[in-house]
Amino acid sequence: MRALTWQGKHDVRVETVPDPQIVNPRDAIIRITSTAICGSDLHLYDHTIPGMKHGDILGHEFMGEVVDVGSGNKKLKVGQRVVVPFVIACGNCFFCRKQQFAACDNSNPADKSDPSELAYGYPMAAAFGYSHLTGGYSGGQAEFARVPYSDIGPIVIPEGIDDDKVLFLSDILPTGWMAALNCDIEPGDVVAVWGCGPVGLFAIQSAFVMGAHRVIAIDHHPRRLQLARSMGAEVLDFEEVKVREALAEMTGGIGPDACIDAVGMESHGMSADNLLDHVKVATFMATDRVHALRQVILATRKGGRISIPGVYGGIADKFPIGALMEKGLQIKSGQTHVQRFMPELLDLILDGKLDTTFLISHRLDLEAAPEGYRNFKEKQNEYTKVVLKPRYTRH
Amino acid sequence: MARRSSTDIHSDAPASAVKDPNPSAAALAIDEDDTGDLIGRTVTINVPRQALYAFWRDLRNLPLFMENIESVQVYDPTRSHWKVKGPVDTIVEWDSVITEDIPGEVIAWSSSDEAEVPNSGRIEFRDASNGRGTQVTVNIVYDPPAGKIGKAFAKLFGREPNIQARQDLRRFKQLMETGEIPTSEITR
Repeated sequence: MRALTWQGKHDVRVETVPDPQIVNPRDAIIRITSTAICGSDLHLYDHTIPGMKHGDILGHEFMGEVVDVGSGNKKLKVGQRVVVPFVIACGNCFFCRKQQFAACDNSNPADKSDPSELAYGYPMAAAFGYSHLTGGYSGGQAEFARVPYSDIGPIVIPEGIDDDKVLFLSDILPTGWMAALNCDIEPGDVVAVWGCGPVGLFAIQSAFVMGAHRVIAIDHHPRRLQLARSMGAEVLDFEEVKVREALAEMTGGIGPDACIDAVGMESHGMSADNLLDHVKVATFMATDRVHALRQVILATRKGGRISIPGVYGGIADKFPIGALMEKGLQIKSGQTHVQRFMPELLDLILDGKLDTTFLISHRLDLEAAPEGYRNFKEKQNEYTKVVLKPRYTRH
Repeated sequence: MARRSSTDIHSDAPASAVKDPNPSAAALAIDEDDTGDLIGRTVTINVPRQALYAFWRDLRNLPLFMENIESVQVYDPTRSHWKVKGPVDTIVEWDSVITEDIPGEVIAWSSSDEAEVPNSGRIEFRDASNGRGTQVTVNIVYDPPAGKIGKAFAKLFGREPNIQARQDLRRFKQLMETGEIPTSEITR
């Protein structure tokens, strides 16, 4: 089959690789009809997440048709259309039983679990198409994918619903949803969202569904701010305005009740702290740039709430722990428990209460994926979301 | 170096967690003079302890999740023969005897006197008091000799014996909880 493979920093190529097979009883093989490039794929593209190997197949947002099912899978049937969650979860362990699927205790193979246990204290769950720290599973930017524990993850999509409407159930829609949920939004709340990429945009939409009174969105790409405005948010271009002062003024000096960091470890900006972060990361004194998160902590109102869907991987420098403690802030974070949110989000899509298609800017052939990566990284204003379609030249 | 056992410490923690780089095997009361290395690890498995005990007690199942064990041949209810992969296609073999067997609770085993690499182990199954299944604790003590066989034995437990033991225990948990052992391979 054809698949997008990682070859090194800023080097991804579509290559011919062996077709996946059923390996374990609960597996399924999916023929992929749509797959997307995620902002977190850019962490791999930039090689800021360790644990990548040459030839790794990328992609963790994908959907398609079931073409083969293992003997232990009593749920899926050949021919069904499914969206696959990016988190691989067993459904049986302590964490999965608590619906904390992104903390699954079993999906990461035993021989790959030690690095994340060393880094984070406990072995992490697995994900598709990501680092070997999270299992090294082949991803979905390919013609086919092997889906382990496929009786737990994939959700069956009714006939007649376009791929574009449901594809983002795989990651960014539930991630934006959980980001808003983690704000514990109360009536009258003002929610501020840093980063108007796909997750930030879905967080804005979700915050309104959950009853936010106002949402203020922060970015510097005009096109992305325009999309945020189209969702009903007020917008701030951080290259134009002093963000903290603007937020304080716009909330009558109280500050936003809840703030969402949908930026993560690669925050932009030319402030002194961010330039220092660049130096520290370049000299291995820290791994993550946390400029956006520092601003979030200082901007949030006293007694407010912070939600961090943005990806961080390691150690931060100059973390404002004093502001966090003295202001009495609450922080919720984490990879998304996708399996928990998929059914209710599918219902909201089918009821027309959530639209996911508005952020798709480009639809490309899988063969053009390397170009998609380059442009998604370098032209963030125009490239808000890239969806890839395999051609099945070999089948 | 002063050695401590779990009976010498004030903390409610097992011997394998004691901060001594060479924790005492005496803590397991296997052999007071044992100078071997102790490997210990506890995992919680969301399966009733009788089922876990029964699976482990059939020693022929061990190669399913213990990476380096080639086979276990069961002679009778207490004696068995273990074949373990060593370096460069070598096989290390020994006879093993069940020294303690409390159904649903404990299995302990020890290599017979002729074994080139004396080793022993003990697995305990306890109900997790908070309804979280079973807490499974494995302790392995081995006495690696110097020289070639010592190297072979180190290899037998992987580059780092502790890592191999914990990965094997993790595979046991995966197999018991999910019915399979996860792998990221895309072909058989």
